[in-house]
Amino acid sequence: MNAAPQHRSKKAAAAADGQKRALPASLSRNAPLVPVDSAGGQALAAVIAILTFLAALCAGGAELVSASSAQWRSEIAREVTIQIRPNAQRSIDQDVERAVALARQASGVEQAQAFTKEESERLLEPWLGTGLDFKDLPVPRLIVIKIKQDAKPDFGPLRQALQRDVPGASLDDHALWVSRLSTMANTIIGVGIFLVALVLLAAGLAVIFATRGAMAGNREVVEVLHFVGANDDFIAREFQRRFFRLGLRGSAIGAAAALVLTLILGFVTRSWRASPAGDQLEALFGAFTISWSGYTVVILIAFLVAVIAGIVSRLTVRRFLNESG
Amino acid sequence: MRALYDEDYDEGAAPAVHFENVGVRYGMGPEVLRDLTFSIEPNSFQFLTGPSGAGKTTLLRLILLSVKPTRGLISLFGEDVSRISKDELTSVRRRMGVVFQDFRLLDHLTTYENVALPLRVQGKEESSYRAEVVELLRWVGLGDRMHMLPPVLSGGEKQRAAIARALIVRPDLLLADEPTGNVDPSLARRLLRLFIELNRLGTSVVIATHDFSLMDQLDVRRLVLGDGRLHIDE
Repeated sequence: MNAAPQHRSKKAAAAADGQKRALPASLSRNAPLVPVDSAGGQALAAVIAILTFLAALCAGGAELVSASSAQWRSEIAREVTIQIRPNAQRSIDQDVERAVALARQASGVEQAQAFTKEESERLLEPWLGTGLDFKDLPVPRLIVIKIKQDAKPDFGPLRQALQRDVPGASLDDHALWVSRLSTMANTIIGVGIFLVALVLLAAGLAVIFATRGAMAGNREVVEVLHFVGANDDFIAREFQRRFFRLGLRGSAIGAAAALVLTLILGFVTRSWRASPAGDQLEALFGAFTISWSGYTVVILIAFLVAVIAGIVSRLTVRRFLNESG
Repeated sequence: MRALYDEDYDEGAAPAVHFENVGVRYGMGPEVLRDLTFSIEPNSFQFLTGPSGAGKTTLLRLILLSVKPTRGLISLFGEDVSRISKDELTSVRRRMGVVFQDFRLLDHLTTYENVALPLRVQGKEESSYRAEVVELLRWVGLGDRMHMLPPVLSGGEKQRAAIARALIVRPDLLLADEPTGNVDPSLARRLLRLFIELNRLGTSVVIATHDFSLMDQLDVRRLVLGDGRLHIDE
């Protein structure tokens, strides 16, 4: 202000200059121009925390299924089975030996191991029970082929050789099973992504309602900001900054809660490992821990929720101000 | 005391405010202001007076463009406001300083932050205006109140903070609604001297008041509102 100095004497000016030198680096607390940390703001942070928690659980679950299914598929894909059905005109033991020999000659095969007759019969016990005499039953024989790591062998020649030399033998590369498993896992992952998208949409809608409420509650503040020369974009940026921080606080709490829950569940399942229930869980989900990519996804979701909160509030403010002229 | 108005305002420049047959009504009610035709010239000084409820505040809000006229033409700094864009409206408002009757300080900001607000919304760095704001605060007697929040200030202190906020940008047009209503006579005289000084530096000043003792201190034109019409005492 230039009017004031003309009213001061030289002495007063010197005193003021002395005081000016003593001014601290900043007198402003950088306080937000639009106060949204009201009860409504806290409620919004709580809603965002809950939504982020649910989204993080969905994403973590999808990641868990994805990792487990990839593990199952890689294990299954490394194994191929030859099944030899009994034929009254042929010696099944000779057929098994011939098939094993053919399999060992095939490229990419690490190991070919035939199940003995007893082992093959034992495989039927879960369905037929123990103590049965399998002598009269035409129990097929199995040969398990382990494929070398990273090898992608072409089983066409082996299949042709088996058809030619071992009639009644069939080669199963588990492609159908892998395909079904893949479809199931992809469906679960798709549902997880859809749920995350729904939760993000719900967070966006909650922010729209909260922003409109904040605009209505701060109508006088907005009016004063306009009178002192703030344009709509400045006001929208102020709201965006506030809601981004509010969203980040809520989403960080929600994501942290989800990660803590995952750690607790991992700890609990590890402590149950010796029990039958623990075995079932581990068979289904592996070690019930999410990988680094899972943690990254959860953190990204938390950040995304905060960004959505900021952008949605900015757009809502712009629209509100345009509507109100 | 004399202001610049009577002597040598810039006759070539467009008026800061020009009203032509302006009328305002709220809803379907009668016109509260009608047939207002007047100009506020650059560097001029005037009082806007009239009894309570005569429409002084409404007239100031018309100038601030927070109330739209139901008829007539308003131009600010030579621009017809009926065709003004939002960006131009912001530019026009940045040329105006306003002191509200109810102060309109932001309760969550300190006195310093309230006074610095017009500069902050313009995107200026705090280091560029800090000393200036502190100097003005000291001059209006709020040097030791700069870190306080408005709810703990007295009425007079709030009024001085509101005045300081309006003056900090050295506006081309100052609109003050009862700026001395809550201060003692000696401070009122001091604030009036500040307005006169601002006027000498080139600001057009409009002070809405019904305080005759204040108006009698200055021989300037008076815009008198009564029965919704404006009468000008040159």
